[in-house]
Amino acid sequence: MHPGSNRPNILILGVNHKTADVGIRERLALKAHPSPLALFLNRLGKETELVFLSTCNRVEVIAATDRTDESAAVVQDLWCSETGIARDTLSSVLYVHKGDEAIRHVFRVASSLDSMVVGEPQILGQLKDAYRNACEAKTTGPILNRLLTKAFSVAKLVRTETNIAGHAVSISYAAVELARKIFGDLAGKHALLIGAGEMAELAAQHLLAAGTGKIVVANRTLSRAVELAQTLKGSAIALEELDEALVDADIVISSTGAPGLVLHKEQVQRIMRPRRHRLLFLIDIAVPRDIDPGVNDIDNVYLYDIDDLKGVVDANKTERAKEALKAERMIETEVIKFLAWMETLDVVPVIQGLQDKVEAIRLREIERTAPRLSGLTPDQMKAIDVLTRSIVQKILHDPIVHLRKHARDEDIRPLLDSACRLFGLNGAMGDEKRPAEKAGLCREKKG
Amino acid sequence: MHDFLFQGAVFLYTLATAGFLVHVITLQKRAEKVATAFLVAGFAFHTLAVAARWVAAGHAPFLNLHESLSFLAWSIVGAYLLVQWRYTIKALGAFAAPLALTVMVASSLQPRAILPLPPALKSLWLPVHATICLAADGVFAVAFCLACMYLIQEREIKNKRLGAVFKRLPSLDTLDILNGRCLSYGFLLLTLGIVTGSLWAESAWGAYWSWDPKETWSLITWFFYAALLHQRLTVGWRGRKAAYMTILAFIVLIFTFLGVSLLIPSLHSYASRFK
Repeated sequence: MHPGSNRPNILILGVNHKTADVGIRERLALKAHPSPLALFLNRLGKETELVFLSTCNRVEVIAATDRTDESAAVVQDLWCSETGIARDTLSSVLYVHKGDEAIRHVFRVASSLDSMVVGEPQILGQLKDAYRNACEAKTTGPILNRLLTKAFSVAKLVRTETNIAGHAVSISYAAVELARKIFGDLAGKHALLIGAGEMAELAAQHLLAAGTGKIVVANRTLSRAVELAQTLKGSAIALEELDEALVDADIVISSTGAPGLVLHKEQVQRIMRPRRHRLLFLIDIAVPRDIDPGVNDIDNVYLYDIDDLKGVVDANKTERAKEALKAERMIETEVIKFLAWMETLDVVPVIQGLQDKVEAIRLREIERTAPRLSGLTPDQMKAIDVLTRSIVQKILHDPIVHLRKHARDEDIRPLLDSACRLFGLNGAMGDEKRPAEKAGLCREKKG
Repeated sequence: MHDFLFQGAVFLYTLATAGFLVHVITLQKRAEKVATAFLVAGFAFHTLAVAARWVAAGHAPFLNLHESLSFLAWSIVGAYLLVQWRYTIKALGAFAAPLALTVMVASSLQPRAILPLPPALKSLWLPVHATICLAADGVFAVAFCLACMYLIQEREIKNKRLGAVFKRLPSLDTLDILNGRCLSYGFLLLTLGIVTGSLWAESAWGAYWSWDPKETWSLITWFFYAALLHQRLTVGWRGRKAAYMTILAFIVLIFTFLGVSLLIPSLHSYASRFK
């Protein structure tokens, strides 16, 4: 930033899943408070732009202020006093980013590079919600408006240009992805759950979401099977009827707590003929295993146990990490562009002030002369309006072009001072806290 | 003229093959679109080449190896385009286009002189019989590509190596179902081909069947495909076994098409004239 510039800078204070445990994150989220945003703004001053992001994995204050150090201290004080967390404890878990670091951080968060599971898209929605709340509370201004809308478009760019979200990274999703590679469309496929545990339920719900048709639950205690079948809108059978159910099933998820094998190779071999050798996908998420590993040797039968699925997930994570590198490079380019925009901020209020002043003069003079022009037709009045407007614009053209051209020069201040003095602009140079907003720069779309 | 069109088709098929390979490696959608455009353009050139040769020769152009291979490539591309239009199987182009191109290159290496039609072949049966047989071969070639894709994908899933190939190939079920459909259509055409051939033999030589080597091998090929289809329909043979059988049957088909003509003296003598 140029020496002497009092242009606001971006400041971020926050904690995430890597720096703080869930207990601290929950307290910092200030859930009990009706409006954390108002609380912060109250102490930071109305001129500060503010967005408060609170998700299960992170709590962040994103601000634009011309007094970054002071504001950082205020936020920390407030957090300590509101939550009772010791200052030292807070400092040890808190990250503070300013300037380009802060811009990079917002872009990385929006693109899900800073998430627990890189590439998971939820964070973008949460960031959009936080921004919407801030817009409704009118705590954003030109800088955060621009920063966040840019962050959203960067996130979109990262998603379309890299394959960052292209690989399933949870066990259940990996299972669904595999099922899709075996069966194509899952619509109308039959699923069979062996065991009625939580894991089986979760996996079944993923399958249902992916479009599978009928679900049958087999369990040692029939009552539990019936219970689960009801939640999944399927049917229940006793474990003794397993063989018949296997003939109809396409996808089998096994997760019993049984100490030994529940499904043997011979059993599966036996049912293949009545199945007419239809493909069978078995997922064994039980530990110890429920299904004989030898089942995988049978033609048209594919068995994946929990370790296999973990292997898939790990491989996918590596793949995502590679894509994340690509994303980091894209973000770096966007950070540079954003910084360039920030650097032009000093001239904007001067240009705007100039235009406002000249327009005001024009309107005043037309108003003053209007009584003497009463004989003019509306068309002639319109012509005078156009004429005066174009004179004013032509006079201002060169000075504005000159200012824009030098907007990013290191020694822009003397030029801006001269412009203000020459044109008699007061207040455009930072006499007030938020010149850009005063000058009507805050024209970006909100929400 | 037909030569120029033929060369144009070879050139366009080469570009299409390159495009499909780029697509399967980089997964760029645009590469696939461009490749398909080249393939369609190549197919149009090829169709005109066959038609122009037909006109120039004054008879159906199925007399020598150059013509037969060229028409085989045409039917492979045609069958591929039909499958793609109907089902959109990603990555199939990367298998079918190189195969068609190979056949085209083989065809372009053969002597290309237009031969006078021997009196025995002067019949409407020539275009009917040859077109049906070669169309069957084209459909079986696509089934062969699908079977290869199935085996590759099946191996990835069975061995739990879910790498780049796994991502690029379609699901097992899709490949198997389509393979089955291609086999059915191909079989229907092959049967028709043998029947028309037999009718032609009767009108030309007075016997429906004379155990000429080509006829014998056609029957063997037919039995292979019939057995495969029978197993699929009755026992529910599918997946890996069916894919292996499809490949084996295609090898027999290739032998019937090339081997018998080149190695064994036969009434289907188009090859013997170029030894």
